[in-house]
Amino acid sequence: MPGITREEVAHLARLARLELTDEELDHFAGQLDDIIGAVARVSDVADQDVPPTSHPLPLTNVMRPDEVRPSLTPQQALSGAPAAAQQRFKVPQILGEEA
Amino acid sequence: MTDVIHRTAAEIAAQVADGTVTATEVTEAHLARIEAVDEKVHAFLHVDREGALEQARAVDARRAAGEKLGPLAGVPLALKDIFTTEGVPTTCGSKILEGWIPPYDATVTRRLKEAGVVILGKTNMDEFAMGSSTETSAYGPTGNPWDLTRIPGGSGGGSAAAIASYQAPLAIGTDTGGSIRQPAAVTGTVGVKPTYGGVSRYGMIAFSSSLDQGGPCARTVLDAALLHEAIAGHDPLDSTSIDAPVPAVVEAARNGSVAGLRVGVVKEFRGEGYQAGVMARFDESVELLRELGAEVVEVSCPSFDKALAAYYLIAPSECSSNLARFDAMRYGLRVGDTGGRSAEEVTTLTRGAGFGDEVKRRIMLGTYALSSGYYDAYYGSAQKVRTLISRDFERAFGDVDVLISPTTPTTAFAIGERVDDPMAMYLADLCTIPTNLAGNAAMSLPCGLADEDGLPVGLQIIAPAMADERLYRVGAAVEAAFRARWGHPLLEEAPAL
Amino acid sequence: MTVTDDLVSYEDALASYDPVMGLEVHVELGTATKMFCGCATTLGAEPNSQTCPTCLGLPGALPVVNAVGVESAIRIGLALNCEIAPWCRFARKNYFYPDMPKNFQTSQYDEPIAFNGYLDVQLEDGTVFRVEIERAHMEEDTGKSTHIGGAAGRIHGASHSLLDYNRAGIPLIEIVTKPITGAGERAPEVAKAYVAELRELIKALGVSEARMEMGQMRCDVNVSLRPHGREAFGTRSETKNVNSLRSVERAVRFEIQRHAAVLDGGGTIVQETRHFHEDNGSTTSGRVKEEAEDYRYFPEPDLVPVAPPREWVEQLRAELPELPRARRNRLREEWGISEHEMQSALNAGAIELITATIAAGADQAAARKWWMGELARRANEAGTELAALPVTPGQVARIAALVAEGSLNDKLARQVIEGVLAGEGGPDEVVEARGLKIVKDEGALGAAVDEAIAANPGVADKIRGGKVAAAGALVGAVMKATRGQADAARARELILERLGVQG
Ligand SMILES: [Mg+2]
Ligand SMILES: [Zn+2]
Repeated sequence: MPGITREEVAHLARLARLELTDEELDHFAGQLDDIIGAVARVSDVADQDVPPTSHPLPLTNVMRPDEVRPSLTPQQALSGAPAAAQQRFKVPQILGEEA
Repeated sequence: MTDVIHRTAAEIAAQVADGTVTATEVTEAHLARIEAVDEKVHAFLHVDREGALEQARAVDARRAAGEKLGPLAGVPLALKDIFTTEGVPTTCGSKILEGWIPPYDATVTRRLKEAGVVILGKTNMDEFAMGSSTETSAYGPTGNPWDLTRIPGGSGGGSAAAIASYQAPLAIGTDTGGSIRQPAAVTGTVGVKPTYGGVSRYGMIAFSSSLDQGGPCARTVLDAALLHEAIAGHDPLDSTSIDAPVPAVVEAARNGSVAGLRVGVVKEFRGEGYQAGVMARFDESVELLRELGAEVVEVSCPSFDKALAAYYLIAPSECSSNLARFDAMRYGLRVGDTGGRSAEEVTTLTRGAGFGDEVKRRIMLGTYALSSGYYDAYYGSAQKVRTLISRDFERAFGDVDVLISPTTPTTAFAIGERVDDPMAMYLADLCTIPTNLAGNAAMSLPCGLADEDGLPVGLQIIAPAMADERLYRVGAAVEAAFRARWGHPLLEEAPAL
Repeated sequence: MTVTDDLVSYEDALASYDPVMGLEVHVELGTATKMFCGCATTLGAEPNSQTCPTCLGLPGALPVVNAVGVESAIRIGLALNCEIAPWCRFARKNYFYPDMPKNFQTSQYDEPIAFNGYLDVQLEDGTVFRVEIERAHMEEDTGKSTHIGGAAGRIHGASHSLLDYNRAGIPLIEIVTKPITGAGERAPEVAKAYVAELRELIKALGVSEARMEMGQMRCDVNVSLRPHGREAFGTRSETKNVNSLRSVERAVRFEIQRHAAVLDGGGTIVQETRHFHEDNGSTTSGRVKEEAEDYRYFPEPDLVPVAPPREWVEQLRAELPELPRARRNRLREEWGISEHEMQSALNAGAIELITATIAAGADQAAARKWWMGELARRANEAGTELAALPVTPGQVARIAALVAEGSLNDKLARQVIEGVLAGEGGPDEVVEARGLKIVKDEGALGAAVDEAIAANPGVADKIRGGKVAAAGALVGAVMKATRGQADAARARELILERLGVQG
């Protein structure tokens, strides 16, 4: 199993929206490389014909009836907002897709 | 009144019910204890003095009105800061949630309130429950009441330290890879990870959804059972909640016995990395079980040697997704919103500033494990390991009623010792993790002090899923036998604070 | 918006290339509550008044699946001739976007609840084209952002955005076609007919009103070209949010012409998302997909698998309503109209309106006539869908009844429609307020007839002489004198009567 490079760590940080300094990048790259080296042993079973477990208990079909339950009040919903205006969450400019 | 803090929850509840003491007096005594010792221990992140007293007064009023009180009414409790509490700050040990006041109660919080349990405050924890020492908390570490320079375990170190230092008779923890049991082991207290789905996760801030499970922390097996029954049971707000009667844990705790039981010793849980004093106490526990009439056999669970690796892929993967919501848009910290920056930049700066190193490490590790080129090798394989571990358990439980092992390979290590060595830190959960992966139930209870450092050692009892009562039946028997042998509860040997 | 793309003519494009399409349609279900929480889905509610810890993505909150959401997904799957998965899971699709509270969308990935189906669509000339369905899966909608500080609410140049999460978590069914090949020059028509047929199907199932103008049904259009005779598909472009039937057709046509121009010029198509512009029918480049999006899908651990019991699926299959194409064929026969007329009614979104009008008492010819004539014209003028006009089938039926009983003629009826659309009230109120009743007063009508005869002696003589057809001129005069409110048929009778001629 290949190790992880500093560039890959920078890419992961971008994907995960984590601002990292250059020193942090170096630091994490080394640690992640160690950890990945250690956990890679799971891939010993990659070829085994074993069903993967995503849920520890074999439950299925847990559903609720389509019945309205009380919502929060808008005041409660917005109570933790870093910024709000017009009863909406105020966020910095969103770059990207033209809506 | 100072004596009330040394009583068990069962005793306090009985005395509140019969009027020997009021819930308000009990609460005040515990608040005074917190005042006196928590500067040293730092078990609490937030003490809700007013809320606690109000709840206590409500219990007293109900008693005065002649209402029948529940089995834990008026008993104070320390709640891990991972559960939402309406109107009371909830940080999950992270800067990113500093000052957040949830607009809703977790199901566990609600059930505690309904049971008349008095919530004293919120306890310290590793940030987002990621850690085994409570050192990753953004608000500073918690000390182990046995030795304040040592870790109290983690992630629920605050909850374990609170009960071990008599600041509360009960606490709630959560256990994703051992975060209830390992702190219990290193603080000489009792902690139970119920069967996955036994206790609602609604309002419990998710670390790793398929592994997380809330559970009781207490100083006695019976107290743990009483708390277990108070918080367990089906919750329609949690799709993974078990829709079946809660196992009769209190009854089991009142009827401790191992006579005729088959007990399996997991062969894989010993060897390199296991402290001699820990193994000595464990071997003694095996002998004790034999003396008490259990048949002890050795069992092998060969896939357990991959459990830690599987865990450190599954938990980070799920957490990388669960923690994506902390983006500075709707609640919590926002950093760098100077007007010129984009939402994406502000999110990135906030997460960079708001998360600690361990959280960042795990988020990146999980992001890596889930990415398209690596999914099969890492996440997919980890889930296969999970199946193999469940099969090991199934095979073992086909032969024995419960399994036992040391809870943790070593006693409490020094604060700072492993903080920048993630791999060493991760080893603390070696014996507890398989249970989280398979979803079954386990308990840790004190089995003595290690000779070399005089620190508590935990005995882990593991039961099949939905058979939580076996933990209590065995735990109560072991507890009673040790108590008889020692002449007093183990905690009494802890130095005074 | 300046369009810089070169285009080749549609005919030239088709002469060189074979278009391949893929259509992804998102349908917002009309459930009472959201997909994973009990918040109401009422349209037009106050901002953030229909939110809870779950749909706001608050720490600790958990999802629980809406049973009607699953049932609707299965019914859609069955109606699309899909197989229904005996066991499937939800998955998390991870990416950051402020309108998505958890920064992952709870969706389905490699285990959709319905897969491998088809939908037969009928083209204008009656040809039936089979569109194969890859999958239909369940997911959730995002919140709505309003961009402040930029031009016309555009995201570019905005200083900040305001977010309302009322829509976040509303159930969506995403329906994805297999690559649609073999449509040739009719590709735009096939795309439009498919979306139209799908919309009819969704409405017939009663799972959504599927109003495209309200965003209840949204279409992403993938187009690629390959030279005639080549097997391999070309690189595709993905035009997002094409939200009317006409736009679907135009977007496909535009992309075919644009791709052809790029390929003819020796260029290569970049895989990218594009935006459609209603004003001029063009598309412009959105985000280039430099690297394949890595959504890091994994099974949603907070939701347990969905394993629809076979009996349930079979019961849902048995309870499916008559599906739109079968129903249209039946109605076409009942109404006695041509394929083409039926197709026009379908394209105009008029079938439900016509049937409802018939149900309200109108005869089918009148119901069709008003919806496909005057009302279609008005909708076209106003640039809205027929169903969005402020007139109900009941009101149209009333107008038809007034005409049938002779109280209104067509010209007056059109004025009544104008009044109803202008918000002046129901048909009877408009008739009353505008004074539009046909003059039935025999005295007044008789006087007008007498006047017309007196004023046109030459015409009167011709009629007396047997040229009955000339009566039309006198009727015209009567109508003019009464400002159109006379009952023309009665006026004609009176004229002939006065002149002693048999009608
Ligand atoms: Mg989608
Ligand atoms: Zn909601």
